[in-house]
Amino acid sequence: MRVFVCVKPVPDTAARIKVGGDGKTIDPSGVKFILGPYDARTVAKALELKGEDGEVVVVSAGMGGKGESAANKRIKDALALGADRGIFIADEAPENRDPLAVAKALATAIQNEGGHDLVLCGRQAMDDQALAVGPMLATLLDLPCVTDAVSLEVSDGKAVVQRAAEGRVETIEVTLPALITGQRDLADERYPKLKDILKAKKKSVATFDFAWPAPAYEVVSLAPPPDPVAGKIVGEGPDAVPELLKLLQDEAKALTF
Amino acid sequence: MATKILVVAEFRGGKFKKGALECVAEAARRKDELGGGDVVALVIGGDDAKAAAGSLGKHGADRVLTACASWLDYYNGDAYGKAAVAAAKAESAEIVLVAATLDGKDLAPRMAAALDAGYCPDATALSVEGGKLSLTRPLYAGKVYATVALRTPVQIVSLRPNSVPVAASEGADVAASEFDFGFGEGDLKSKVTGVAAKSGDKADLTEAERIVSGGRGLKGPENFVLLEAFADEIGATVGASRAVVDAGWRPHGDQVGQTGKTVSPNLYFAIGISGAIQHLAGMSTSKCIVAVNKDADAPIFKVADYGIVGDLFEVVPRMTEEAKKLKS
Repeated sequence: MRVFVCVKPVPDTAARIKVGGDGKTIDPSGVKFILGPYDARTVAKALELKGEDGEVVVVSAGMGGKGESAANKRIKDALALGADRGIFIADEAPENRDPLAVAKALATAIQNEGGHDLVLCGRQAMDDQALAVGPMLATLLDLPCVTDAVSLEVSDGKAVVQRAAEGRVETIEVTLPALITGQRDLADERYPKLKDILKAKKKSVATFDFAWPAPAYEVVSLAPPPDPVAGKIVGEGPDAVPELLKLLQDEAKALTF
Repeated sequence: MATKILVVAEFRGGKFKKGALECVAEAARRKDELGGGDVVALVIGGDDAKAAAGSLGKHGADRVLTACASWLDYYNGDAYGKAAVAAAKAESAEIVLVAATLDGKDLAPRMAAALDAGYCPDATALSVEGGKLSLTRPLYAGKVYATVALRTPVQIVSLRPNSVPVAASEGADVAASEFDFGFGEGDLKSKVTGVAAKSGDKADLTEAERIVSGGRGLKGPENFVLLEAFADEIGATVGASRAVVDAGWRPHGDQVGQTGKTVSPNLYFAIGISGAIQHLAGMSTSKCIVAVNKDADAPIFKVADYGIVGDLFEVVPRMTEEAKKLKS
């Protein structure tokens, strides 16, 4: 099977995010970019599924980090996990990209490869949490799509997917080729050994040129969240509970029975 | 030109989702500023959805379309997406509103790609400036807030549940008309073959009005029964911090935080959660936050509206007991 995995560089969750000098983008200084936990697991799943003659191709556009270097490094991370080769979509203004533009770039790059059995994305990127690129890409490639997969089995040109929906788990059958976005339960995380990291350096990463469309979406301004106002300590220990429930009912009006 | 607003109204488990009613109400509130077009609600689902469709008139829909069939009873993104796109095209909708539930966030991007529309996901506020939509959207799970404008003729917004009020149901039902979406079950490349209930009738975290989350302070997966008992008394959904999900105590889908779900309930209890930045990022838009922690210096108290410093193993059972008393 030929499996494409789309990945995105995202800031480490411990990163403090500051608004940059332009008021529209974040200040990248001191922010460490990583391969998101969802993406890492979709790579692991792709390797499990590809089979003997299969191929796992990692695709990333510049969005999310300091453009080229961030995306390229994340492709290398995925190659160190065992993926076969990478495609990097060059982007000179990654901070301006909306999900639809990224989905269009990924669709064009994947179509350019001439064939795919499966396309995998993480369910979300941890930075903008749009959950959008996967279903958009599926629509552009005219593929059936299941999001939030917690398990995925492939046989006879079909995939059986378990989707963690709201309050329920759905079983969905799709014909291949298909696009699936993965929850973290999809596969166990892999940890590359030093030799895998060295091997990854020799694997091919092709650059794909894409004529980026005008943005459909514009960030007019960014602002830090409102400062939290520390509330009141109602008291210590279980004896404070009646007062707490009273405040929640009468003052906060957040609780009724 | 009057702007036509299409709301794709999610119907699940025998009723409209609260988020769907919020979207209809918000569309009705904004329509005059947007030029005064109709608010059209689209209901996709099975026979019960069809029967309930007209009630959206009470909440502000001017017209209601139904795309219903027994095989559409369960959400299937491919089917719902195609039907919604067909309706948006037939109606020449300029703005599409969808509640940012799990299914809504699956549906809206499909529509955006098919309609070549700008898409603002998970907006927490919507306003109109100079006749155009202006949207507020938390990024990095709330570490930064973006003000967003869309630059396309068709614009799609998913609105985070609990962000805007539902209209009092003062209006009248409207007659729903059937929309011929033009495909059958056999035309699809995907099929829902089974659905297993996961958590009874509890609301999912992303749209729950009350959440009780537990962290490492619970000391083990077996102790979450304490939270479940309290959650049952107040009709809340149980969530978890990353630490306990990573430890395998709770499923990934229960995780609140930057790497999990971003939530915005009216009432959020953080029990035995210290308040790591990535957790705070996922729940800081909650309307009222209550923290219970034995460490008075825990960062969670800096964002909590109310706190109790104490041993959760004593405090939570008391909360359950007192809630029981108040209920009876």
